[in-house]
Amino acid sequence: MTEEIERLQFLLDTSADKKVITCDLAVIGAGMSGMAASLFAADRGVDTVQIGIASQIIFSSGLLDLLGVHPVETAQTWKDPWKAIDRLVSDQSDHPFARIEKKHIREAFAEVTAFLGDAGLTYRSDQESNRFVITSLGTLKPTYCAPATMWNGIDALQTTPPGLIVDIRGLRGFSARQITETLKPVWPGLRHATIAFPGMHKAQELYTEPMARSLAVAQNRQALAGLLRPLVEDARVLGVPAILGMQNSRDVQTDMEAMIGIPVFEIPTMPPSIPGLRIREAFETKLPEKGVRVLYQQRVSRIEKTEDGFLLEVGSDKPMATIKTKGVVLATGRFLGKGLNADRKVIREPLLGLPVYQPGARLDWHRFDFLDRRGHLINRSGLEIDGRFRPVDASGKPIYNNLYATGSILAHQDWMRQKCGSGLAIATAYAAVKAFLESALV
Amino acid sequence: MARDLALRGIDCILVERYDINAGASGANHGLLHSGARYVSKDASAAAECRKEGALLKKLASDCIEDTGGLFVAIEGDDERFVADFPRLCARSGIDARSLPVEDAREMEPLLSDKLIAAYRVPDASVDPFKLTLENVHQARALGGSLLRHSEVTGFEIDRHRIVRTRLKNLLTGETFFIQADQVLNAAGAWAKEIAALAGCSLNLLYSKGTLLVTHNRLTRQVINRLRPSSNADILVPGGTVSILGTTSIRIDNLDAIYPTVEETDFILEEGASMIPALEKTRFIRAYAGVRPLLGSSTEGDDRKVSRGFALIDHAESGLNNFATITGGKLTTYRLMAEKAADLISQRLGVSTPCQTRTEPLPSAAGAKWTKPGLAPRMWIKEHAPDDILLCECEMVPKSVVDNLISSIRQQNGTPDLKALGVRSRIGKGACQGTFCALRTGAYLYDKGEVKEEEGLDGIRAFISERWRGIRPLLWDTPLIQAELQEAIYCGMYGLEL
Repeated sequence: MTEEIERLQFLLDTSADKKVITCDLAVIGAGMSGMAASLFAADRGVDTVQIGIASQIIFSSGLLDLLGVHPVETAQTWKDPWKAIDRLVSDQSDHPFARIEKKHIREAFAEVTAFLGDAGLTYRSDQESNRFVITSLGTLKPTYCAPATMWNGIDALQTTPPGLIVDIRGLRGFSARQITETLKPVWPGLRHATIAFPGMHKAQELYTEPMARSLAVAQNRQALAGLLRPLVEDARVLGVPAILGMQNSRDVQTDMEAMIGIPVFEIPTMPPSIPGLRIREAFETKLPEKGVRVLYQQRVSRIEKTEDGFLLEVGSDKPMATIKTKGVVLATGRFLGKGLNADRKVIREPLLGLPVYQPGARLDWHRFDFLDRRGHLINRSGLEIDGRFRPVDASGKPIYNNLYATGSILAHQDWMRQKCGSGLAIATAYAAVKAFLESALV
Repeated sequence: MARDLALRGIDCILVERYDINAGASGANHGLLHSGARYVSKDASAAAECRKEGALLKKLASDCIEDTGGLFVAIEGDDERFVADFPRLCARSGIDARSLPVEDAREMEPLLSDKLIAAYRVPDASVDPFKLTLENVHQARALGGSLLRHSEVTGFEIDRHRIVRTRLKNLLTGETFFIQADQVLNAAGAWAKEIAALAGCSLNLLYSKGTLLVTHNRLTRQVINRLRPSSNADILVPGGTVSILGTTSIRIDNLDAIYPTVEETDFILEEGASMIPALEKTRFIRAYAGVRPLLGSSTEGDDRKVSRGFALIDHAESGLNNFATITGGKLTTYRLMAEKAADLISQRLGVSTPCQTRTEPLPSAAGAKWTKPGLAPRMWIKEHAPDDILLCECEMVPKSVVDNLISSIRQQNGTPDLKALGVRSRIGKGACQGTFCALRTGAYLYDKGEVKEEEGLDGIRAFISERWRGIRPLLWDTPLIQAELQEAIYCGMYGLEL
């Protein structure tokens, strides 16, 4: 109780020497959707503050999915994600994609990939079609847009020339032999080999990040290429774990290809993965350059509605700043991101206590079988929104005029099964920022 | 049984449909009863537990943690039952000592402040996985054999004898036969189905019990609710965790043995009246086992049916070399084997007496990895430089997996993830297999133990099996963990496609 009173006093206290930040838009959340929302806002000259723990974005595979599977029940994968969206929207009019024009989704993707490109992360897509990426399990995952460093693998899957997959002793959960075994039916001409990463023989468990960072040094690249070259033999393409450098991954790849003599591609690894880390670093360094004031590694602990906007209390343990803002984008994610939480009976939105769509009682939340193709109903829970991405109450009316919700916290989607995580994050962020700008003009 | 027979010099083949510990041997409370729980309704079962418990503490000490136990009553519990308890314990020879409630709460601070009575009893905690593996290990060392994944599909009967037992290898689908002088049915809850294959009928009821595993160990001792046996009134410590249970639900179908959301909530709410902290405790797993109960109870409460065991000589049904042992409980497992082996020996004309009553159970190298907390200690103490950890939650290194793979091979088994899982702590930590299944799966490919899609199927099967036990517990932190698992398995790898 005293803690509660202290917090209230802190919020009401405007005279003390604590930090008060004033802005137009506060973006809460530092996952893909929060990052994208901050980018879109900054690009449009909106005075933006972003708050959130950026660690979870490294659980991203680095692939930017748009829509790969619909309906999930039949596990139908789509060659053309745009046609898939048409079908999804006509089958399921409450899906967040139903509230965004496809034109805007394209613009949103273009803006994000251009930004990542400027930060050194070249992304590639076929624009009109999904492609399959080889994962470290040897499964094929449909995606829309992938790091250019993975593209040789995507192409080689169609021509299946003699190829080589190499793994690294001590890097757990990545077995080249597993990949060649699993891919045998579609790519019989794959061989596998194992190397010891240069300069890291002594370590037992190897982690991807030190390896990726070490490849920034030309000498280390030469040493690695020296180990790989003799293994090539008849192989015409070489797959390695995704460790080819950090922000300079394209240069590392090009350099390695020149030294080895055949095209090289990265295979996304178990999270936390380097491609996810690269995205995080790109946003973390480039958003502040665009004028976004960032409070990473902080959480918003409380939000109060004021007459003309919101007051946000920021601080992980104790309050360290108050943010005065006109609008809020809530991109706090689902359970892992702590945007939602659940006790034994109810799913809640903890920051504002917004109404959460409840998919039945706990009995109904999860299927009996983990891999049940229909997906778990709890993944459809979340915030329901109006056409302007504002959370609504039971009657469908927006709860606050300038409060927007984006990304995985939204109801009536299942990004994990539909393979639409990044697409959902990016497109809804775009739509929300657009709606905020339109309301600000009125 | 196999160990007892082997010690008497009897050549024995043990056949198991799935794997060791697949049934109730692996899905129980891990409680070595002092007998106090049965004093009011079954004095002889109570005395049996007391004797066997004391014996096993001596002979199988490395499978047992002699924690001691408490029986506690809280406000609202039947005071007459509480008052009778010491007398009933004395009747069965059980050492129950009254304890001031303040002392009980000092010993176990998580006990409710509504405590009205407490007694100390000689309960203990037992590692059932290790116990079974060590028994099998000695039986094999003495010349017995074990056939896993071998299902009995029928008996060939001629002139009042089982001439051949027909089996099916569930991995290869092939049929084979065993020609044995004597056939003993020790199939637990499945004893009725096996007996039926030989044309014998058994009166067996199936009672499902669900248990919850906590993330951390909550108490030092076994905590029992001092009331007539009911739901969720025992909390047993096991290594670094505690196990809360159970329910008792009559089932008709042995295929549906899994914990449900309703049972979980019920156990939690009941248990919390004894230990309020359970409401806020993180649980990592739920599981269910089936008790085979003898006799026909038409009443609702299966707890009133005897927990004693029965040895059935099927001579009455016209079969002279067939017997069934069933019912009972973990605490009396040795005694059950002794009685059954006595019958078999007598029929075979073997006069060597039972030795499990006096011979200590030897430790088996391959069995030790089931114990929570052991692998980390061993790994920190001594490990080769390249011995990397495949499971970080429970610290299971590559060398342990290698060790297990070769022991599974020796038992003619397939070292897939599930088989590794029942023999180690893999998949049993906080991540419930999310990371270690992928790492161990990759390692099995590296070793050439699995080919093509086999390894992926193994990962799917393993994670689905773990899922059954976490599904009823998905709120708060475990829900977050489950979301991460799905993000990786489905979102990133598309394993559901």
